[in-house]
Amino acid sequence: RQDVLVLTPWLAPIVWEGTFSRDILNAQYLQKNLVTGVVTFAVEKYWFFIEGFMRSANKYFLSGHPVNFYLFTDNLEKISHLQMAPENHLFVIPVHNDPRWQDIPTSRMDILSSYIHSQFQHEVDYLYCMDIDVQLLAHIGVEIIDTLVATISSWQVTPQHESGAYETHPGSPAAIPEGQWDFHYTASFYGGSVTEVYKLTRACSAGVMEDRENGIEAWWHHESHLNRYLQQHKPTRLLSPEYYWDTEL
Amino acid sequence: RRQDVLTVTPWLAPIVWEGTFDPEVLDSAYRPLNLTIGVTAFAVGKYTRFVRRFLESAEQHFMQGYHVNYYIFTDSPQSIPQARLQPGRRLLTVPIQKYSSWQEISMRRMEAINRHVAEVSHGEVQYLFCLDIDMVFHNPWGPETLGDMVAAIHPGYFEVPREQFPYERRSFSAAFIPEGEGDFYYGGAVFGGLVKKVYEFTKACHMTILADKANGIMAAWQEESHLNRHFLSHKPSKLLSPEYIWDDRKPKPPEIRLIRFSTVDKNYKEVRN
Repeated sequence: RQDVLVLTPWLAPIVWEGTFSRDILNAQYLQKNLVTGVVTFAVEKYWFFIEGFMRSANKYFLSGHPVNFYLFTDNLEKISHLQMAPENHLFVIPVHNDPRWQDIPTSRMDILSSYIHSQFQHEVDYLYCMDIDVQLLAHIGVEIIDTLVATISSWQVTPQHESGAYETHPGSPAAIPEGQWDFHYTASFYGGSVTEVYKLTRACSAGVMEDRENGIEAWWHHESHLNRYLQQHKPTRLLSPEYYWDTEL
Repeated sequence: RRQDVLTVTPWLAPIVWEGTFDPEVLDSAYRPLNLTIGVTAFAVGKYTRFVRRFLESAEQHFMQGYHVNYYIFTDSPQSIPQARLQPGRRLLTVPIQKYSSWQEISMRRMEAINRHVAEVSHGEVQYLFCLDIDMVFHNPWGPETLGDMVAAIHPGYFEVPREQFPYERRSFSAAFIPEGEGDFYYGGAVFGGLVKKVYEFTKACHMTILADKANGIMAAWQEESHLNRHFLSHKPSKLLSPEYIWDDRKPKPPEIRLIRFSTVDKNYKEVRN
């Protein structure tokens, strides 16, 4: 691929279709006997997405490799009989239903970090957090497995020349000019080694807590905390916007 | 950003070229980790004459601003010059036995590095680079080179089709790579990584070298053949472009914007006796 940026300035590969061999990566993954987990939240009205998500994830997410799906939900009775691929496992975790819906995304980091500490770290090597309101449309394989992985939702380039004009490219794979790169990551899909995800969720949870104490209550704030963390702790691998599904687009 | 060369391998390992990375971003990520980087180099017999230039150029270009331990493996510690080093950088000589032929000396390096890691360096450094001594640094070599397991692309073969790689082609050698296989031809003069990975790698290479020895064969390019065999089945997590392992006798192609580490011109017949 010559039309897109495939390496960040800190030498983290950016994963686009055509940049990797899934066969080689699968062989490496199998060599190491790894287990990967997926965490997702289906709270209140979001129970509606469970079936679609699970069906497409079973089909397309790391297919052929064992995956533990951790589903946090307050709607235990609405979960129909979900068909899991034979190598996958589903763990349903009940969550306390908070009346203020804005609170739900922001306390996720807290719930997540405590479950990683008490349970997930003993069950998986790598852990990925995904929004439930997506359907996978194509294979997502072991190319996502690395120490700290984030998905690009858009990027900005500060051009090297003096004009100082910013260009924002929301998810478009068009060729990017030379300049200073600033990536924006989506909170819909990120992950990495269970240790790194733990550190990330702890840091974001602390940030959210601090915001709350200062009276800041924006629901999208978990994404800005995520981005702030990833500016200071650079991801070791980036997923191109091919891996980002914005349901509003 | 480089579009004229491959910058990521099919297994998503970055290939480090000038223009692919921002040294400041990398420095700000690695400096706070308070790392000590180790370097092994073998100066046996007449090769002790290369130590001074190696060290002086390393002091100028290698991992500036980081703690560095130079481990010079030698059969004559008294011939090692007492170079003046910057603060936070140390020179340690490691006495080794001198073998009868230069090939034997070359092949025993894996064993020596492996033993030294187990006994000493694992407790002193986090990353270790194993370099040839008869080379000189000309330009910066920094934290862009750090990775779990790092190999360098041989300068003679980076633009050459795979069939022409000088892999060991005799099937009874433990370093055998059949036609049609192989990713790159890596140079034996540079490899490195996390000290634990270097330990595993050198042990694996030493085992296959011994296996060949027991069968009375020596691989085409000695330990470099074994290194290539092992990097085929256990792929490096980061590759260094030939900027990091250059041969000054070669004319510089446009893809090589910067030569960071290259051979010292020498009379092979003279030094190998």
